[in-house]
Amino acid sequence: MKYLAPKTVEEATTLLAEHPGATVFAGATDVIPQLKAGRPEPEALVDLKKISQAVSVSDEGGHWSIGAATATAKLTGNKALAAEFPGLVEAAGLIGSDQVQSRATLGGNLCNASPAADSVPAMIANGMRAVIAGPGGTRTVAVEDIPTGPGSTQLQPGEFVVSFELDHAPARTGDAYLRLIPRTEMDIAVVGAGVRITLDDAGNVASATVAIGAVAPTARRVPAAEEALVGNPINDTTLAAVAEAASAACNPIDDKRGTIAYRRQVAGVLARRAVVAAAERAAASTNGASNNGETR
Amino acid sequence: MAIIEQDTTNPGFKWIGTRPIRPDGYEKVTGKARFGADMMLPGQLEGAVLRSPHAHARIVSIDTSEAETMPGVKAIVTGADFPDLAEAGAGAADLDLAVNVIARDKVLYEGHVVAAVAADTRKQAQAAIKAIKVNYEVLPHVLTVDEAMASDAPILHPGTRTKNVEPAPEADSNVISRVVQQLGDLDAGFAAADVVVERTFTTKPVHQGYIEPHAAVADAMPNGRVHVWCSSQGHFAMRTMTATVLGCDPTRIKVTPAEIGGGFGGKLSIYLEPLAGRLSQKSGRPVRIVMNRDEVFKGTGPASGTKITVKIGATNDGKLTACQSWLGYEAGAFAGSPVGAATMTMIAPYQFENLLLEGYDVVVNKPKVAAYRAPGAPMAAFAVESVIDEIAQKIGMDPIELRLKNASVEGSQAAYGPKFPKIGYVETLEAIKNHPNYQIPLGPNQGRGVASGFWFNAGMNSSATVHLNEDGNVTVIVGSPDIGGSRASMALMAAETFGIDVARVQPLVGDTETVGFNDVTGGSRTTLATGQAVTEACEKVKVDLMARAAKTWNCDVADVEWVDGQVQKLDGSEPPLSMAKLARGWGRTGGPVSATASLNARGVGSAFSTQVCDVEVDPETGIVRVLRYLTAQDAGRAIHPSYVEGQFQGGVVQGIGWALNEEYVHTAEGTMDNPSFLDYRIPVASDLPMIDTIIVEVPNPGHPWGVRGVGEVGIVPPLAAVANAVSNATGCRLTDLPMSPMRVLDALNQKSNGGNGH
Repeated sequence: MKYLAPKTVEEATTLLAEHPGATVFAGATDVIPQLKAGRPEPEALVDLKKISQAVSVSDEGGHWSIGAATATAKLTGNKALAAEFPGLVEAAGLIGSDQVQSRATLGGNLCNASPAADSVPAMIANGMRAVIAGPGGTRTVAVEDIPTGPGSTQLQPGEFVVSFELDHAPARTGDAYLRLIPRTEMDIAVVGAGVRITLDDAGNVASATVAIGAVAPTARRVPAAEEALVGNPINDTTLAAVAEAASAACNPIDDKRGTIAYRRQVAGVLARRAVVAAAERAAASTNGASNNGETR
Repeated sequence: MAIIEQDTTNPGFKWIGTRPIRPDGYEKVTGKARFGADMMLPGQLEGAVLRSPHAHARIVSIDTSEAETMPGVKAIVTGADFPDLAEAGAGAADLDLAVNVIARDKVLYEGHVVAAVAADTRKQAQAAIKAIKVNYEVLPHVLTVDEAMASDAPILHPGTRTKNVEPAPEADSNVISRVVQQLGDLDAGFAAADVVVERTFTTKPVHQGYIEPHAAVADAMPNGRVHVWCSSQGHFAMRTMTATVLGCDPTRIKVTPAEIGGGFGGKLSIYLEPLAGRLSQKSGRPVRIVMNRDEVFKGTGPASGTKITVKIGATNDGKLTACQSWLGYEAGAFAGSPVGAATMTMIAPYQFENLLLEGYDVVVNKPKVAAYRAPGAPMAAFAVESVIDEIAQKIGMDPIELRLKNASVEGSQAAYGPKFPKIGYVETLEAIKNHPNYQIPLGPNQGRGVASGFWFNAGMNSSATVHLNEDGNVTVIVGSPDIGGSRASMALMAAETFGIDVARVQPLVGDTETVGFNDVTGGSRTTLATGQAVTEACEKVKVDLMARAAKTWNCDVADVEWVDGQVQKLDGSEPPLSMAKLARGWGRTGGPVSATASLNARGVGSAFSTQVCDVEVDPETGIVRVLRYLTAQDAGRAIHPSYVEGQFQGGVVQGIGWALNEEYVHTAEGTMDNPSFLDYRIPVASDLPMIDTIIVEVPNPGHPWGVRGVGEVGIVPPLAAVANAVSNATGCRLTDLPMSPMRVLDALNQKSNGGNGH
């Protein structure tokens, strides 16, 4: 097994073309345990952390560019990003332990394609796009379209995610991610819920994105919950509708981490609580220069 | 929530009851300490172990021919490489030990060892393991007490007839034996009761969860002697057991103890040592084998899963009148669950005049259970203390008052035989009752639970050797592995005996050939028994030094006395002789000074603990958070209060894990579904509040310093304390552990659907 560390995107795509059996890694916090657990060794491991574009976070004016191999500790330590997208940054900060945080990445969390990946519902809720490099050049795909099932993605041979694009939030916007784990840290989500809410001047929901994780083969949006919210105030009626829609959207499995019934019930609870948290942040938000919904 | 800083009630001690830093601390914090896997010898090979993927199967054949030809492979062993102890007339326990180390004709659980390989590198050994072809005939398996006791259950050990049952059974059974505790007249006891509560409880197997996996290095000499390095709770026991399995005399084997990264009872038995030993004998090279976590979970002893029914009667004014209990304990694949200890401890805190406790030792297709901190007691206490709590609710009495009303005291008849000598149970109850934690108002969805527990503690055999060094300082050598800070305690007892600064005492743990025989570090016995041996050896050195001083002064030994590390002449006519001066002059008084004490410690003091736990339950998710936890335990005398508190806290934390989230999850095929710390959830630091401690000191009259063992009883009450708090918070009586979020939410759902929550 070779270790390869390209310094540019071009070098990486060339190496991947030369080594069709290679495994790409960012933080390797999933890859190394999988190898230790007996997964067959690939012919090569390709490290993305030496590619500057993949490990940098920058405000590009209209949007943030977040390197796919950036350590999540850099995201939780980025005050501007954390102020604008606290839910996303909190989700990133839930992955593993403090030590793991110095290695773990959004790109790895997404491409490992665990249905329980903590950052994915929060990325989906914020409409993030993945910039994918490959033999045919680059393409940009919505994060929610990347995973296709447990352990599988739509990435083609030789492709990898270089970075993410995250549009600046409109005024009066808040996001939140909540997960259920039996202990308080170092655990895998039994249910996760990522929500983003934008309020209008009257305090009603102008737009909403609700995404749930660990309750279906991939993280998924809950359109019925979003429809129940848009145009309405946050109250018991809308929250009950959100909970019901989130429970209904689940297609979970029974496993050692949770039963189908438990996941369905708690998905509704967490989606409702995440909506409340996101709406409170939206109401308190100082994002944007005005309240007219334009990006800053 | 203040930590209670309560040093020992000091009856004139200078060192006992103080908190010096531990003598082994420097090595541990700098990474220099050598644990089981750290030994590296010239030419050392690395081992790997092939384990059964099936819960129950007949081994039809094992073909190692391909593995033998693989690169780097130097030796392979299977069951055929070990003596058949049945031919040698060994007893049942030794037979089981040998077959648990490596399977012969059948595998009895997933993880049961089938073969082992030694190769130049670990990778080569692991590759060779995969090339060994084992042909299995898979057999039906049983996983629980109920499955194993079913009339049509597949039998693990054909020919087994349940012991202690009348009339003697004629059919094979998975029930190894029945144990009974009986007193008084059960029917009369229940007839006198105003309230009777009966509940059935279940608990799952839980692992001791030590952070250091098992590891062993063996180096066989051409003359047949084998030197073993391993971390264990008793290197003398490792020597005996390894010799048994290898078929040689114990003294053909030398065991050097490594530092130990946790044991909790799980490192009292052998797993890897005979495999490494035989591989070393076959290859002529040292061999190291280190388990990974998966192997630790699947191949080493958890604590029993259990099913327990408890029925208790009480009068309306709070007198407990009768207790009946049925206990089924999983033994794993071989006989030997701690169900006997369960029946002996479960009602020890209370004076019951009428009782019948029946326990069953049941084999199932899971790893052979190992001791775990007060083995057998926590599950039975969970059942009894839950029912006692429910009785307190029913008769409207404070749970501590109910316990005080029925508490065992000095002179009470214990159900298991003896009358209690001086014990401190009532003092633990009073300490909790009078602590501010017991009065803090609770908010919505919060609840408070109380529970008590008992553990016998052990004495057994210990030896210690004390050397005076040429500078007047002393070396203390014991043969008890230091798991919970015992070197610090030994140094303090030596310092107190001599009246010298504890920094002048160097304690160490000797191997099987440098110190006299010692039983295991288990049964909360080391500070008591080995501490007594250290004290006696120090006293012998003092007596010797006083005689030498008398010789130096040419006076009668009756005319000298020992004061603060030196010998004085009673009439003050000579300047005192310090230990350093006596050492410098030992050439003129008879040579170097050392002494050994070996003893069987008889003055065991039993331990009681009472604990109160506050929880908050999320009614929508079933998550239980522990808000506050307070434990009061009778230590007799706290030699090093920090390590006493550490033992209290450690037991509580493991008990909280057992109560809330820890469990072996099995698939329908009988394989373990969660063999990692990710899904086998021991508590992490953020799951826990500070565990507040109260050291109760009712000195043990049977010990020179008043010591009682402190290591184990702390884990006995938490299962019930947490369950009682959850019950108090939710109105649902949780009877099945662990109280995972799913179980709690299920109970809440049932309650809101009109059920009683269980």
